[in-house]
Amino acid sequence: MQLGVNLMLRPVMTWIDERFPMSKMVREHLTEYYAPKNFNFWYFFGGLAIVVLAIQILSGIFLTMHYKPDADKAFASVEYIMRDVPLGWLIRYVHSTGASMFFVVIYLHMFRALLYGSYRKPRELLWIFGMVIYLCLMAEAFFGYLLPWGQMSYWGAQVIVNLFGAVPFIGPDLAVWIRGDYVVSDATLNRFFALHVIAVPIALLGLVVAHILSLHEVGSNNPDGIDIKKNKDAVTGKPLDGIPFHPYYTVKDIFGLVIFMIIFASIVFFAPEMGGYFLEHNNFIPADPLKTPAHIAPVWYFTPFYSILRAVPPMFGSQFPGVLAMGGAVVILFLLPWLDRSPVRSIRYKGPLSKISLTVFVVSFLLLGYLGLKPTNIWGQIGGADVATVVAQLCTILYFLFFISLPIVSKLDRTKVEPDRVTP
Amino acid sequence: MKVIIVIIYSFLSFSGLAVAAGGYSLNKANIDATDAESLQRGAKIFADRCLSCHAATFMRYNRLADIGLSQGQIKQYFIADNSVKVGDTMKSAIDASTAKQMFGVIPPDLSVVSRSRGADWLYTYFISFYKDDATATGWNNSIFPNVAMPNVFPQEQGVLRAVYASEDKTSFNLEVETPGTLSPREFDDSMLDLTNFLVFMGEPAAEKRKQIGSLVIIFLIIFAFMAWAVKREFWKDVH
Repeated sequence: MQLGVNLMLRPVMTWIDERFPMSKMVREHLTEYYAPKNFNFWYFFGGLAIVVLAIQILSGIFLTMHYKPDADKAFASVEYIMRDVPLGWLIRYVHSTGASMFFVVIYLHMFRALLYGSYRKPRELLWIFGMVIYLCLMAEAFFGYLLPWGQMSYWGAQVIVNLFGAVPFIGPDLAVWIRGDYVVSDATLNRFFALHVIAVPIALLGLVVAHILSLHEVGSNNPDGIDIKKNKDAVTGKPLDGIPFHPYYTVKDIFGLVIFMIIFASIVFFAPEMGGYFLEHNNFIPADPLKTPAHIAPVWYFTPFYSILRAVPPMFGSQFPGVLAMGGAVVILFLLPWLDRSPVRSIRYKGPLSKISLTVFVVSFLLLGYLGLKPTNIWGQIGGADVATVVAQLCTILYFLFFISLPIVSKLDRTKVEPDRVTP
Repeated sequence: MKVIIVIIYSFLSFSGLAVAAGGYSLNKANIDATDAESLQRGAKIFADRCLSCHAATFMRYNRLADIGLSQGQIKQYFIADNSVKVGDTMKSAIDASTAKQMFGVIPPDLSVVSRSRGADWLYTYFISFYKDDATATGWNNSIFPNVAMPNVFPQEQGVLRAVYASEDKTSFNLEVETPGTLSPREFDDSMLDLTNFLVFMGEPAAEKRKQIGSLVIIFLIIFAFMAWAVKREFWKDVH
């Protein structure tokens, strides 16, 4: 049977290959792309991110068929999808769950890079492409969140656009330029729709292609952080610790994908609001420009940065320092490849200083994320200041300290000797 | 079992509603989304009483078929106005400008109110109206102070009044002043029915969602075992 199919397909493949490098691409990126054989749990998330991107694009296409980007109709059109469009609720929940799960997967994917030094030479550009993807993803999520036109959509957008208004000199004009109006309005909704459904997705797709091409150019890192190309088979020239991506990692990733799908489906079918974290309760109230909600919090994936924004006090009557700190918290990630000076890549062979430093960073990030969801008075007051704000300020310092101290910590730390070959 | 729970909560609804300034606790709405009779009773209360002033502009009458009502029953029991079709959405009996004159605000659309407020809040709200001469309507609500909406069920529930626990009026309990036509337990049951219906209306597809979900999860778990077996087979030759 197998042979029969091959015999039938061979003329077709030959015909294509004479006109398009099909077989060559399959070889280079799948059957003869050698990936380290010691990938662990953390290596599932890159592939999962691509799947979630596909889910978002597909479900998004179907949502646009009934969604109306009009301030008078947007909220109602979402409810129309939820009630009157056959299985519309399913597509909407898949899309809203996908948005949050995209960030779950991307944060774990980025943490993997931090653990195993995947951003280190020669993968600096790979890391930069990844960071630009992350920026686009944040823009995509921000634009998309306005579309349901609920109270949180509206006031969340209002708050974020006002941040641009805090930029010295050009701020107010910049904010008007982004909104297309003096307040968030129908004009804003229309342009955010355009950016969400076409502009940013195109950029994302292009960047993902660049990300993968540059990965396949330099080869994958692995939990040991050592180069598998150093040990090649004398005869075949293939890496001794490498295995072809297809079939080994395709079958492994399919298994990982199914487990991910079980989690994804559990949320979609049994807890689509995720207790108000994936779909906020207040977003079921239609946008009302005259009624500011008492507590405006962004969706969970932005809260670490929102916390940093709130932690920095206004200076000279301007919110700009906070905005700068928030932007800096994202931008500083770009510099990682040049801040890390350790002789080893992986956390496995780094010393205690690096381990403590990374742990403190992760705890600070999670704490900032938690605090960003809550009002600043949740933990009461100490000496006239909100405890939560003081903790957020401390975490902000620790967040930046991780990066600032990295050149010294990574240089001073007592590292272990890397093995010659990957460990199983 | 359900009866026992309801009795406990009806007891709580009168003894447990201590209100302190700036905060309140919610009573748990023990509702069963699969109880069609409860949903139908709730739908009837909603159509008869709530739709006088509120609308549910995303909810179509014929969606009541999901809680076991036939087209004929929907027409007979829920639609008084002959010009209203069974496929129409639920409009308010009074128009927005009249409502604005009467209450000072346009009564909010209730289609998805359960999704912003939650079942516990709605249930507690319904049973927390008390007499207050200081307000325009003569009513107040302990979890929604100075709400523009009057008590809709004083006949059924009876009239409650606030009994202040302290001199400075920072906290109070609700006590029955005049008993209603329903016993406290019956009234609580009817408000649970109404809450149940509002939750259904917030997401009519919710039960179907869970049904499909179970099948999807079962399929995926079987798929996971197969994917694991394939992975193990392929990886046998990786050392």
